[in-house]
Amino acid sequence: MPGLKINQEKCIGCGLCVKCCALNALRIENKTALVNDNCILCGICVDNCPSQALSIEKEDSEQTDLSKYSGIWVFAEQYKGEVLPVAYELLGKGRELAHQKGCELTALLFGKDVSAEAQKLIAYGADKVLLCEDDDLADNLDENYIELFNLLINKYNPEILLFGATGFGRSIAPRVAARVRTGLTADCTQLEIDHETGLLHQTRPAFGGNLMAIIVCPNHRPQMATVRPGIMSAQQFDNSRSGKVIPVSMPKPVAKNIELLEEVLSSEIDSIADAQIIVSAGRGIGAQKNLALVHQLAGLIGGKVGVSRPLVDIGWSEYKHQVGQTGSTVAPKLLIACGISGAIQHLAGISGAKTIIAINTDPDAPIFSIAHYKVVADCVEVLKQLISIFEKSEY
Amino acid sequence: MKIVVCIKQVPSSNEVRLDPVTNTILRDGRQSVTNPFDTYAIEQAVQIKEQHGGEVIALSMGIPATEKLLRDAESRGVDRAMLLSDRNFAGADTLATAYTLSLGIKQLGGFDLILCGKMAVDGDTAQIGPELAENLGIPHITDICEFISITPKDIVCKKITDKGYQVLRVKLPALLTVVKNINMPRLPSIPGVLFGLSAPLEIKNAVDINADSKLIGLSGSPTQVVKTYMPERQSKANSIEGDIASQAARISQLIKEFI
Ligand SMILES: Cc1cc2nc3c(=O)[nH]c(=O)nc-3n(C[C@H](O)[C@H](O)[C@H](O)COP(=O)(O)OP(=O)(O)OC[C@H]3O[C@@H](n4cnc5c(N)ncnc54)[C@H](O)[C@@H]3O)c2cc1C
Repeated sequence: MPGLKINQEKCIGCGLCVKCCALNALRIENKTALVNDNCILCGICVDNCPSQALSIEKEDSEQTDLSKYSGIWVFAEQYKGEVLPVAYELLGKGRELAHQKGCELTALLFGKDVSAEAQKLIAYGADKVLLCEDDDLADNLDENYIELFNLLINKYNPEILLFGATGFGRSIAPRVAARVRTGLTADCTQLEIDHETGLLHQTRPAFGGNLMAIIVCPNHRPQMATVRPGIMSAQQFDNSRSGKVIPVSMPKPVAKNIELLEEVLSSEIDSIADAQIIVSAGRGIGAQKNLALVHQLAGLIGGKVGVSRPLVDIGWSEYKHQVGQTGSTVAPKLLIACGISGAIQHLAGISGAKTIIAINTDPDAPIFSIAHYKVVADCVEVLKQLISIFEKSEY
Repeated sequence: MKIVVCIKQVPSSNEVRLDPVTNTILRDGRQSVTNPFDTYAIEQAVQIKEQHGGEVIALSMGIPATEKLLRDAESRGVDRAMLLSDRNFAGADTLATAYTLSLGIKQLGGFDLILCGKMAVDGDTAQIGPELAENLGIPHITDICEFISITPKDIVCKKITDKGYQVLRVKLPALLTVVKNINMPRLPSIPGVLFGLSAPLEIKNAVDINADSKLIGLSGSPTQVVKTYMPERQSKANSIEGDIASQAARISQLIKEFI
């Protein structure tokens, strides 16, 4: 039976494991640690044990033959015929990984009337494009894609498969992973090939981002991961690159359990995600009336307004303005962060910003760790000054 | 309509501290609570039952203490509950968890609708819903923010997308995941609390649900954690010093480079 093993000889009964366990699964008795049924094998205690007395034992799984798997695949999500930027970012990362592995990089382009995008995928780094065009792929309805993925994965045996962590990507990727029975790591912030094992090291935030975890998928293929938009960088567009476009046909019939009745686009959601300049405010803005200053400055400099989650929670602002892990991911050229502490969930949404000016009264605020310019000051006063500067200037 | 709600026990806080003396990662939040997103799924299921009749069953895979949370759900309108608890389930990643939950659901003898929260606040993966639907061979839709109409055969609902929203019709049986604030989860009533104390609650282990030992818990989990660490935060920021006026002046110069 797999489980947490405690080496009685090494255990010194120090109790650190008891302290770090969030589930009260450990206790010390007669100077040694004991584990109970609460243990979920999260492994935190193993990492923390100063005398290496703890280990997680796994039953030897039957070794699967992995030699037939090769190649890195990127799902090139498109919307109404246009490939999303996150696909180019994944190709940028995929190119690096393919180089390390010495294998090919393939983009999956599925949709209705999308063939014109294939050359772009090649110019952004793909060696091959698997192209499937079909009327049933017009609306990004998950169920129409599952069989197609299943068929192609079983036919070509890719080693790695990456998705953008968009709404659609986060819905289809787990469905595909469960169909082909492999592992999937959500919202990776870093992807690397481990030199020793050749495995994909997938780094993602855990416990609301307070810890980072490196995850591997050793015995199942493909190794699957989703990555948020704005995290990886696309490589230079190079139209002279050549590659092969391989048409594939859509497996039929599709189930048609889900029918799209209406689609409504909200331009506001787009605009903060695509904004070039964002002025954002957090709890440090102090009062709802001060938010007007943020809107005023944004208006003066041609920017949009973003907020941290607490301002949405208390009703000072709307969800469409929320930046972060559970809000929008933004990647502006300039971000001015006013009174935002820089919790990891917030940082997850702004890591694509090219220049960040952070204004905070606390010189140790975590936001300064990723800011390019650090301003230790009262953001309300700074905003007032900036507004008066830009009201006067006629740039 | 027979509705199954999947709920997860999560730590009450995600705070993690580094013990400065021992360099040990300390986790707070030992209190366990129902995953906040799941509370909306519970309320939604109960509302659907109240309007259309039927029964709501809460299902969880978890440690024995999860029974408390299932009874809490029963005090808020859930009719009965099933807890899948076994040491062999420990260490499950999303694939193994989805498989285990699907076996629990098969024990219930048919269903019309499965509701899950959009994601769990500890893992944040949002993978269980779609993976569970695949295990059961039924359609799924994520991120539902409104139920528009419900018939015994299908549901019309509104899904939040990256670009706005979609109105979709889905045939039943189906699995839907709901977003925060889709409703206002009710508080337990006094009769509800009394009901919860003795309400039907089955506890099943791996053998009871005919689980394949290779597909559950750590053994059934394709993904493994190699290492966890506290993210390093080192500032490379240029500091803008001086009084407010000179700080603002410098910031305004920077802004002008962008407009
Ligand atoms: C699952 C999950 C998902 C989450 N998703 C998101 C998300 O998508 N987006 C998000 O933003 N958060 C998210 N959060 C919440 C996140 O953890 C933080 O709580 C939140 O980002 C903090 O917001 P804040 O920086 O505005 O507030 P605080 O953390 O309270 O920070 C306020 C800051 O203002 C500074 N300050 C105070 N007064 C002044 C002043 N006069 N001038 C200048 N500075 C001042 C303080 O020094 C402090 O640094 C999520 C949390 C969880 C658990």
